[in-house]
Amino acid sequence: MTRSAKYLFPALFVALFCGADWLQFRGVNGASLSPDAAPPDSWSETNNVAWKASLPGRGASGPIVVQGRTYVTCSSGVKQDRLHVVCFDNESGDEVWQREFWATGRTLTHPYSAVAAPTPASDGQRIFAFYSSNDLACLDLDGNLLWYRGLAFDYPKAGNDIGMASSPVVVGETVVVQIENQGDSFAAGINTATGETRWRVDRARQANWVSPIALPGEREGRTAVLLQGASGLTAYDSMTGEELWRYDVSCSTTPSVAVSEDHIFIPANGLTVLKLAPDATVPSLVWDSSQLSPSPASPIIVGNRVYTMNNSGVLSCGDVATGERLWQLRVGGRYWSTPVVAGDRMYCINSEGAAKVVQLGDKGEVVSSNEFSEEIKGSPAISEGALYVRSDRHLWKIANGS
Amino acid sequence: MKQSTMFAAIAASLFAVSFTQPCVAEPVDVDVLAAKLRSVGPKGEGHAAAAQAWQAIAKADADQLPEILAGMQGAGKLSENWFRAAAEAVAQRQLKQGGELPVRALEGFLADTSQAPRARRLAYELIAGVDTSAEARLIPGLLNDPSLELRRDAVALALKNAAAEEEAGEKSAAAETYAKAFAAARELDQIKEASSKLRTFEQQADVPSHMGFVIDWHLIGPFDNTDNKGFDVAYPPEKQIDLAAAYEGKVGKASWKPHRTRDEFGIVDLNEIFERPKDGNDYKLTTEHKGAVGYALSEYETDQPREIEIRIGCINANKIWLNGELLTANQVYHAGMEVDQYVAHGRLRAGTNQVLVKVCQNEQEESWAQRWQFQLRICDELGTAVLAKNRTLSATPAN
Repeated sequence: MTRSAKYLFPALFVALFCGADWLQFRGVNGASLSPDAAPPDSWSETNNVAWKASLPGRGASGPIVVQGRTYVTCSSGVKQDRLHVVCFDNESGDEVWQREFWATGRTLTHPYSAVAAPTPASDGQRIFAFYSSNDLACLDLDGNLLWYRGLAFDYPKAGNDIGMASSPVVVGETVVVQIENQGDSFAAGINTATGETRWRVDRARQANWVSPIALPGEREGRTAVLLQGASGLTAYDSMTGEELWRYDVSCSTTPSVAVSEDHIFIPANGLTVLKLAPDATVPSLVWDSSQLSPSPASPIIVGNRVYTMNNSGVLSCGDVATGERLWQLRVGGRYWSTPVVAGDRMYCINSEGAAKVVQLGDKGEVVSSNEFSEEIKGSPAISEGALYVRSDRHLWKIANGS
Repeated sequence: MKQSTMFAAIAASLFAVSFTQPCVAEPVDVDVLAAKLRSVGPKGEGHAAAAQAWQAIAKADADQLPEILAGMQGAGKLSENWFRAAAEAVAQRQLKQGGELPVRALEGFLADTSQAPRARRLAYELIAGVDTSAEARLIPGLLNDPSLELRRDAVALALKNAAAEEEAGEKSAAAETYAKAFAAARELDQIKEASSKLRTFEQQADVPSHMGFVIDWHLIGPFDNTDNKGFDVAYPPEKQIDLAAAYEGKVGKASWKPHRTRDEFGIVDLNEIFERPKDGNDYKLTTEHKGAVGYALSEYETDQPREIEIRIGCINANKIWLNGELLTANQVYHAGMEVDQYVAHGRLRAGTNQVLVKVCQNEQEESWAQRWQFQLRICDELGTAVLAKNRTLSATPAN
């Protein structure tokens, strides 16, 4: 099989079927955005809840959606050393399959977090389930095990007893994991097909919970992944791990970087915005603003507006071009999950399980508040007009007309 | 054809080309395939062969489940997950197709304690998944099982039964059942629950001895850990143990002091033990020590050499030596402290053994970064205490 033919099937697959999919933490391109979707504004136990399914364990990870099925990771057991991947049918809410593993790395976490903290990722053909224990399982969409890496088994000092939370990202044929901690601190690019390590780079020995993100498109024939560390943002070639450029700035270690067109939004000095160079050189500063500081939720960009939620539940809207703060809205609550935007509505689900729907525009307005009545830490997913939300115990599908 | 239907048809075709789906059961040579799953090693070693073997073994007939589980004998932690996923795939396919699992053979496998503990646990879970009476029938007999997970379920059931006896006013029976649960318990939450209940019946529960916490120590310090550099400095206690010696420390002469912790879980709080720095010293006067290194020594006597685990909970950077051999080094500060946080493996020699612990505090100012403490226990791989012959307190009989 030629190289081009070898890659044709997966590429065709993704192109055909992934339009409605939510393949990773914060969805397509990590944008937390589904521009054409319109989930319901309000719901209750008897209205607009398509189904509610039980989960076998806890999790701060978000659900992902691939080809009409939703995939969720959980951790269970008194030591949280049982790792689960559960697949649900989106129409019925029935469990299609479940796989379970024993953690091979550290499973201590803060009681508020869970070993199933990183959101899984998919390339449209495979599920990459990653955990705080640094176990990385690759399954096909029917639950067949394709490979299994114990990255803390390989590097025993990798771990953080507060819990790790960085979600993997798929860039082409590489799944990238960012494992930054006080012990064996590194990032690695793993071959999606074989599970072999393409590259591994040392990272600062410091706790960090942010997630890597793919830089859309190619520059000089290369695809890149962005890794946000405490002292800067670095772009690496996703196939080789070669450092392409580095921008030094003191970054937050909880909210993650976002990319929109040729701008990069870094949670640093509040919010720092860079403009990408046309080649693979260091981007340039556009603006920074202490008035648009996100924490711990990551920034969201919709057109010429950037939205950030702070840890007091205040939503800020800024101008992408200037960094001017245009308005603020006290949504209320504390947010671990990053909100999602569908059309002109933002769905903000706070830790206590209250889902506030915010109308976005010249100002923000909370148009409804809906209760899940359970703690919610994972970021929701949107697919085909439905909202998927998980707690430690349940997975909900919120859809119109249910 | 609707667009979505057409896409689904293409998807099915592409999958058929791209993947081998283990959807049809057939007898397979489990021994050969299991060897490939067992060959999985660190850093992707043996992955390609294992992936191929997994596709084949997942096609096995459900009657071969005990064979698959038996393949876990000698498997490492990584390999166990390949076996687990294969057994689950075989079982789930069988049940979806309306078939039955070989429950009787799986029960025979569960009863064979020479099999790998996790394989036996998985056998139980497969049985329990199709037989609601499994817990009541099988778990009570597993109170002292070599599988920690099966034992845990048995202890949980014993605690539940004891609570029911207590509720029914059968105090003597309840106390006896709690005592059995305590003796069998190996995990912290169950040990806490059982010991707490026993005490309500005015019965003793020697938790430190039950868990193997070292409570008698010789301590020396503080030495300097400014800028975290002391972690790599071999201060005199690392070179020679001389309990009569005194050395220049961070705040004057440092000498060994005996210390017995009264904490039920063996916590030694170095902030409470080492003399506070004097005002006027360039070492800043604070409420807690900062940038400091402390050492703790335990002399452990035993008649027989044996393998042990030394498990430490420590919120500071730490190292452990056994008879001069470095067993573990963890340069992590203030990322939580839990019982059994770090596990080191070592071998005791007959006679006197020296367990030396180095605990390094950094200079963080935050209120949550002021603890300078550790807890250490010596046990086997199941968590059963391995007590020193020269331990001064009474020991709880351990299984």
